[in-house]
Amino acid sequence: MLEMKHVTKVFNPGTVNEKVALNDFSLTLEDGDFVTVIGGNGAGKSTMMNAIAGAWNVDAGEIIIDGTNITKLPEHKRARFLGRVFQDPMTGTAATMGIAENLALAKRRGKVRFLGPGITHKEWEEYRELVKILGLGLEDRLSAKVGVLSGGQRQALTLLMATLQKPKLLLLDEHTAALDPKTAAKVLDTTEYIVNKDHLTTLMITHNMKDAIAHGNRLIMLMDGKIILDIRGEEKKKLTVEDLLHKFEAASGEEFTNDKAILG
Amino acid sequence: MNILNLFSAMPGAVAQGLIWGITAIGIYITFRILDIADLTVDGSLCTGGAVCIMMMLSGHNVVVAMLVATVAGMVTGLATGFFHTFMGIPAILAGILSQLGLYSINLKIMGKANQAINVDKYDLLVSLRYIKGVPFYKNSIFVVAIGIVLLVLLLYWFFGTELGCALRATGCNGNMSRAQGINTNTSKVLGLMISNGLVGLAGALLAQYQGFADINMGRGAIVIGLAAVIIGEAATSRIFHNFGFKLIGVAIGSIMYYIVLQVVIWLGVDTDLLKLLSALVVAIFLAMPYWRRKYFAKPAVKKGGKDNA
Ligand SMILES: Nc1ncnc2c1ncn2[C@@H]1O[C@H](COP(=O)(O)OP(=O)(O)O)[C@@H](O)[C@H]1O
Ligand SMILES: [Mg+2]
Repeated sequence: MLEMKHVTKVFNPGTVNEKVALNDFSLTLEDGDFVTVIGGNGAGKSTMMNAIAGAWNVDAGEIIIDGTNITKLPEHKRARFLGRVFQDPMTGTAATMGIAENLALAKRRGKVRFLGPGITHKEWEEYRELVKILGLGLEDRLSAKVGVLSGGQRQALTLLMATLQKPKLLLLDEHTAALDPKTAAKVLDTTEYIVNKDHLTTLMITHNMKDAIAHGNRLIMLMDGKIILDIRGEEKKKLTVEDLLHKFEAASGEEFTNDKAILG
Repeated sequence: MNILNLFSAMPGAVAQGLIWGITAIGIYITFRILDIADLTVDGSLCTGGAVCIMMMLSGHNVVVAMLVATVAGMVTGLATGFFHTFMGIPAILAGILSQLGLYSINLKIMGKANQAINVDKYDLLVSLRYIKGVPFYKNSIFVVAIGIVLLVLLLYWFFGTELGCALRATGCNGNMSRAQGINTNTSKVLGLMISNGLVGLAGALLAQYQGFADINMGRGAIVIGLAAVIIGEAATSRIFHNFGFKLIGVAIGSIMYYIVLQVVIWLGVDTDLLKLLSALVVAIFLAMPYWRRKYFAKPAVKKGGKDNA
C-alpha cells in the first residue's frame, strides 16, 4: 500500500542548523495495516508524515502509494490518496465555514472542482446522519461555523473529513495530543471505530506508549530519522510497556531516560 | 454653507459611492475572503477606465467596451497572481509591482495622461449628467444600483459553487485546503482575477461618469475601498449575516463614505487634505481589532462543560 524507499530529508543543509530529519528511511505498509508510531521529540515522526503528504520535496528516495509514485506530486494532488489529521485542532478545518460546508469540501477531495454546487441538499441529510457517529450533537448544528467548536469537536470533525472519501492511507499526527485526557480517549475511540469500519490503512503518531500498544497491529519506534524498533503480529499483541522499554534500550544502546515525550 | 447646496450634491455623492461600491466589493473578495491586501487595484481601476474610453472613442458599443475593460482588469489580477504564486513574491509586493507596471501600460493605452469622452456624442451608460432630469431608468444611480444587485447575485452564486468554496477555504486555511486537494495557488490567482475584474468594471463606469479617464484616477483606490469595506461592515454587520447582504453592506459603506466626504467638503475643509483624512480614518479602523485584543481582551476563561467533547 505504502512504500517509502531510502527517503532522506535534510533541513537547512550546509548551515549550522543542518538537521538530517529522515535518514535513508524505508517503510512498507500492507493493505489494512494500522501502525502506531512512537519516538522522542525531534525523532522525525512528523517529518515522515510530511514527506508522504508532500509539504516539501524529499532530498532522496521514493514514495509509492498503491503503485503510484507520488514522490514528485504537489501536496494538493497527493491529497486524493490521503486523509490527514493534524496535532493542532485549528489546522484541519476552515473556521469561518460551516460544519456541513467543511464536510462538503472533504467530500470533493480528489475530484475536479468547477461550477457545480459547493454543497447539495442531499449532502445536508447525508452529513446529518454521518456526524451522529461522533455522538457530539453536531447533527443539530450543521450550519454553525467550525470556529465555535471546541478542540475535541474540531478533531473529531477533521477525522470524519479525512475519511469521508475513503483514503488509501490515513495519517494521524498526534491528533489527540492537544486534547484533555477524556476528550482524547473519545477521539481515539472514534478513530478506532472508523478505521475498523472502513478497513483503513493507517499511520498514527502518538506520544503515549499505552495508546501505541493498545491500538493497531504494528508498532514502530523512530530515533534520529530511522526506525529502531518494528514490532508486529503476535509479538505486538503481547507487548507491554516494560517490554517496550527493554527493547528500546537494546535497540538504541541507550539507557531509557524516562523521556516524558515517549512515556506520555 | 447653504444646506441646500449640500442636498443638491447628494445624488452625485450617491452615484459615485455606488460606482466605488463595485471597487469595494472587489477589494472585499481579496481582503476579507482571500486574506490578501491587493494593491493592484490602484492600477487596474485606471486600466478599466482607459480601456473603456479608448474602445468607445474608436467606435465600439458601450457594453462591449465595459466587458473588455472587465477582462483587462482580470488580466491585471492574473499578473499579480502570477508574481505571487509562480514567482513566490509576497502578495503586497506583487500588487505594488503590478501597480507600477500598469502606470506605463495605462499611459500606452490612452496615449497620454488623460482622455475625455463627450457625453453628447457618445452613448454612455452613466454620466454626471444623468443624475437629474432624466427618466428613472436612465438615471445613473438607478443603473449602477441595478448593476450592483446583479453582480451580487452572480457572486453569491459563485461563492456557493465548488470553485467558490475552494476559494473561501483557501483564504481561511491553506493547510487544510491543500490537505483536501485544493490547489491554493489556483484559488488565489482566480480570486485576484475576479477582484480586479470588478475593479476594472468600476473604472469603466467611473470614467464614463466623470467624462474622462485619467492616469491618476486609481490613486488610493485600495484605501477608499478598504474604507468602504470597514464602514459597511461597522454599519451593517449586526443586521446582515448572509454573504450576499454583506456585499450589499460594502456597497452601502461606499455610499456612506462619499456622503461623509461631501459633508466634509461642504464644511469647507481644504480638499487637498481629503486623502490624508481617508488614510487616517482607515488606519484607525484597521487598528481596532488589534487594540481590542491588546487593551480590552477579557482573560481567557475556560468554558467548563463545553470542552469535554
Ligand atoms: N520545516 C522544518 N524546518 C527545519 N527543521 C525542521 C522542520 N521540520 C522539522 N524539522 C526538524 O527536524 C527534526 C525532526 O522533526 P519532527 O519530524 O517534527 O519530529 P517529531 O518526531 O517530534 O515529530 C527536528 O529536529 C526538527 O527541528
Ligand atoms: Mg511531531
